[in-house]
Amino acid sequence: MSILEVHALSKSYRQAGGDTTLAIGNITCQVEAGEFVSFVGPSGCGKTTLLMTIAGLLAPSSGRVIVNGKEVSGPPANLVLLFQEYNKSLFAWRSVLGNVRFGVEARGAAAPAADAKARKLIALVGLKGFESHYPWELSGGMQQRVAIARALAYEPEVLLMDEPFGSLDALTRLELEDTLLRLWAELKTTILFITHDIEEAIYLSDRIWVLSRRPSQIVQEIRSDFPRPRHQVTTRAEARFMALRNDIYRQIGNQGTP
Amino acid sequence: MRTGKLNGPLFLLALLALWELAAQAEWVNALIIPAPSKIGKLFFDLVLSGQIPMQILVSMKRALTGYLLAAAVFIPLGIFMGLSPTVYKFFEVIVEMLRPVPPPVVIPVALLFFGLGDEMKIFVIFFSCAWPILLNTIDGVRGIDWVLLNTARTFGLSRAKTILQVILPACSPQIITGLRVSLPIMLILVVISEMVGSTDGIGYFVLDAQRRFKVAQMYAGMLALALLGYTLNQLFNLLQRWLMPWQRGRGELE
Repeated sequence: MSILEVHALSKSYRQAGGDTTLAIGNITCQVEAGEFVSFVGPSGCGKTTLLMTIAGLLAPSSGRVIVNGKEVSGPPANLVLLFQEYNKSLFAWRSVLGNVRFGVEARGAAAPAADAKARKLIALVGLKGFESHYPWELSGGMQQRVAIARALAYEPEVLLMDEPFGSLDALTRLELEDTLLRLWAELKTTILFITHDIEEAIYLSDRIWVLSRRPSQIVQEIRSDFPRPRHQVTTRAEARFMALRNDIYRQIGNQGTP
Repeated sequence: MRTGKLNGPLFLLALLALWELAAQAEWVNALIIPAPSKIGKLFFDLVLSGQIPMQILVSMKRALTGYLLAAAVFIPLGIFMGLSPTVYKFFEVIVEMLRPVPPPVVIPVALLFFGLGDEMKIFVIFFSCAWPILLNTIDGVRGIDWVLLNTARTFGLSRAKTILQVILPACSPQIITGLRVSLPIMLILVVISEMVGSTDGIGYFVLDAQRRFKVAQMYAGMLALALLGYTLNQLFNLLQRWLMPWQRGRGELE
């Protein structure tokens, strides 16, 4: 049994004029426990809508989402969605420690244990020494590290990530990709990742689903079986990496501009 | 700017000196405008004898009761009105009709219902402080980003916990603004209501002094009210820093 199953999922919106727009076409896919899978697609293809529907934050128009054998009808307890906008999703009134502890507390842990666990995760994302800082005192990359630590503190079986590094600068992005891979290998969480960065998807994932423009559908599934641990220089320098990148780029590029 | 910093206090001292001179030399009618030294001395006497502190205590008890009652009722109401369009529509008309009523107009009505007692003053203050608190809270809740609310949902927070742990702290800056705006309103209305119908309190004290033609005492009461207003504001700043530690130092950096 797959940990996450999406069956014939579609989602349409009623627009202001009364017309309905189909954001998600007909998506069917499965994620196995412990996998790292990415959706990659052009901007405006409904990626965020897709992830929010899988996370139970939006109701699907038709189709089903099944997490660990149970159909999703609201936010499931064993899944958490991490947003791109770390500056909006972090709790401005809580310190770094307080934010991460929130993740542990939301899981239902007692306060003393929560503290120790939060501190451990803060160290894991490389923020030791910043426990008492408030989010506004940190750089964007550090804030997203806090958000990742908070999400992992919740101990989700499935972690959904909506373009988490989309608004970070290129170097910070590479650093965070490696941090994420390290955490994933250590904590064995299943990750479903969304990005519009093709190379990021190849670098991080086991499998990649290429999405079409609106209404989004999976046009191709691609395996990214580079040996782990991966390396920002050597993995990306492999000829196969470039070939894969070009292959996916053609898939997305072929759809033309709307 | 070391010199600039002293300009204000020096100017004030110069004005006081001129006033003192004018009163002593009887350029002005000292019955209406007594010398500042006389007012100052009387003020200290009235403070030391406990008269002014006692009147302020009486007034503050009424003022803070009305103020805190308004906060206790209208912060929660504001949160529910901000969250639910149904609740908002339910109360909208009543709020829009009562809000423009100038608060002193409520005094005669309150007198009818509550007589001359504390309840009348408390009600008037409660009524006048309600609107800034309510409207700022509604604005604060409506300004919360959907990402923050969805974060609470994805972490499986219950409705009650979302309100207490996410919505309330997220809109606390606006709630604090509402409370701050209400603070001088509270002071104004405790004084007015005591002038209209009371036998004690600092508002009564000032009016009574004027009626008995104890002019210096009247000014001493005014001075006490000015200092009270200043102190309340400073205490409020302390409270704000204590309630919102994450905002400390923020202004200096941004």
